[in-house]
Amino acid sequence: MRNLFTVKVLLICSLFFTSATYASAKEEGVEGSKKDIKTEIKEYISHHLQDSHDFSIFSYTEDNGEHVYIGIPLPVIIWDNGLHVFSSSKFHHGETLAEVDGNYYKLYHSKIYKTDASGTINYDEEQHPTNVKPIDFSMTKNVVMIIITGLLMFWLFTSLARSYAKNGGVPTGAGRFFEPIVLYIRDDIARPTIGEKRYRKYMPFLLTIFFFIWFLNMFGLTPLGVNVTGNIAITFALALLTFLITNFTGTKDYWKHLVDPLGNAMPWYGKLPIYIILVPIELLGLIIKPFALLIRLYANMQAGHIVLMSLIGLMFIFKSWIGSPLSFFLAFAITLIEILVALLQAYIFTMLSSLYFGFASEEHDHGHEHEEEPELAHL
Amino acid sequence: MEKLLNDFSFGLFVWQTLLFGLLLLLLYKYAWKPILNAVNDREEGIKNALAAAEDAKKEMQNVTADSEKLLQEARGEREAMLKEAREIKDQMVTDAKDQAKAEGDKMIKQAKATIESEKKAAVAEIKNQVADLSVQIAEKVIREQLTNKEKQLKLVDDMLGDIKLN
Repeated sequence: MRNLFTVKVLLICSLFFTSATYASAKEEGVEGSKKDIKTEIKEYISHHLQDSHDFSIFSYTEDNGEHVYIGIPLPVIIWDNGLHVFSSSKFHHGETLAEVDGNYYKLYHSKIYKTDASGTINYDEEQHPTNVKPIDFSMTKNVVMIIITGLLMFWLFTSLARSYAKNGGVPTGAGRFFEPIVLYIRDDIARPTIGEKRYRKYMPFLLTIFFFIWFLNMFGLTPLGVNVTGNIAITFALALLTFLITNFTGTKDYWKHLVDPLGNAMPWYGKLPIYIILVPIELLGLIIKPFALLIRLYANMQAGHIVLMSLIGLMFIFKSWIGSPLSFFLAFAITLIEILVALLQAYIFTMLSSLYFGFASEEHDHGHEHEEEPELAHL
Repeated sequence: MEKLLNDFSFGLFVWQTLLFGLLLLLLYKYAWKPILNAVNDREEGIKNALAAAEDAKKEMQNVTADSEKLLQEARGEREAMLKEAREIKDQMVTDAKDQAKAEGDKMIKQAKATIESEKKAAVAEIKNQVADLSVQIAEKVIREQLTNKEKQLKLVDDMLGDIKLN
């Protein structure tokens, strides 16, 4: 029942998302006499995929050509020979220069560059800006979403924990929906892959990472237009944690297996020529596994957003009675699939992390019964 | 690859790592630990309860078997007691009958003997009385006879005549 409710809420949200984009894109379409509508949509999508220095809900253009943005400005924190903190409203969405402590900064393609007083940006031959980029620690839209998700998770799961204490081991409310998922992660992800003895110490990480990715994926489907899990810095940070935990909890067997994968199955002079190839591959696998994790999540979420927004954009390109409803229903179907993908990617990330922890913490006699498992890990 | 590196924001990476680490710690302390403990406790509880129920079932079976056995024993005992009682009753009845018969016989015999002796006594009495009466009659007759000589003589003659006849 609750599951059904969640799906309904998400459906409504996705419909709203579609309409919200419609409203803004339409306005731009009217205004877009100079610009080609296809380029406009392309720019809009690529802008959406990136992190933003302000929390904008939507934007439109007035008849007089003035852009109107509905949203909240966020604090900008940059390190440029000292810490500078100012509101992102100073940039006016990239339209004006921000003057802070005598320095001028310009927002160009969602990145902050240091410029001179007139705001010129120098390009190299590949059209990349060559201006100095100050180190940017801004509270961007993604950071805000991470904080919101964190607070939501904290509230949800502490209330679940409290409901156990209050109700004598029986969850109440939303906990009834989340408890089976927690149990699923424990019984069908952690226990079989890590083992009965050691799974406990990995559980907090697996649970946190699962719900974190899932919730942020779901937020990505809301009209808020956030793309947190489709950001390479986020997936890199998540995969790095998996990598660090895998290797810091690795047993002696795990390291021995890494540098001596064949063990006693062969004399040393037989192993030597094989190891010249095998050991580098094993060592490379250390990096490849988390790298695959980070690229998989990033690419999936990025692709989902691009496909969905392109289909919505198609409506304004077609502008016909057949084409537009068709792409609307296509967008709707993709939204449904994206809801599944959101859950699936969270599951895959958790499952594979759990598998890597399982390999690392395994204590087995150094035979070769696990020959197939590394292959499985590269899925 | 170049696009990926260009997209990579170091600031966001730092924020994500810090916030995620903080979230992990907080959730570990205030959510996951109590949740997993509660779930574990509950599962332990269920396991124990099931084991206890199984034990109770076994116990129950034992008790039932015991009571069945007891019932069986009691039934046997009752049967035996009834049989014994019946035997005793029969015995008593037979004894009583025999005794009564013997007593009766004895009483009848006694009665008979009494009757016999009474009869004898009565007969003797009657004889005595008859004898007395005979004597008295004889006396009176004799006295009558002897009042006159002729008669005395006639009597004597009669007697003598009788004697001869005898």
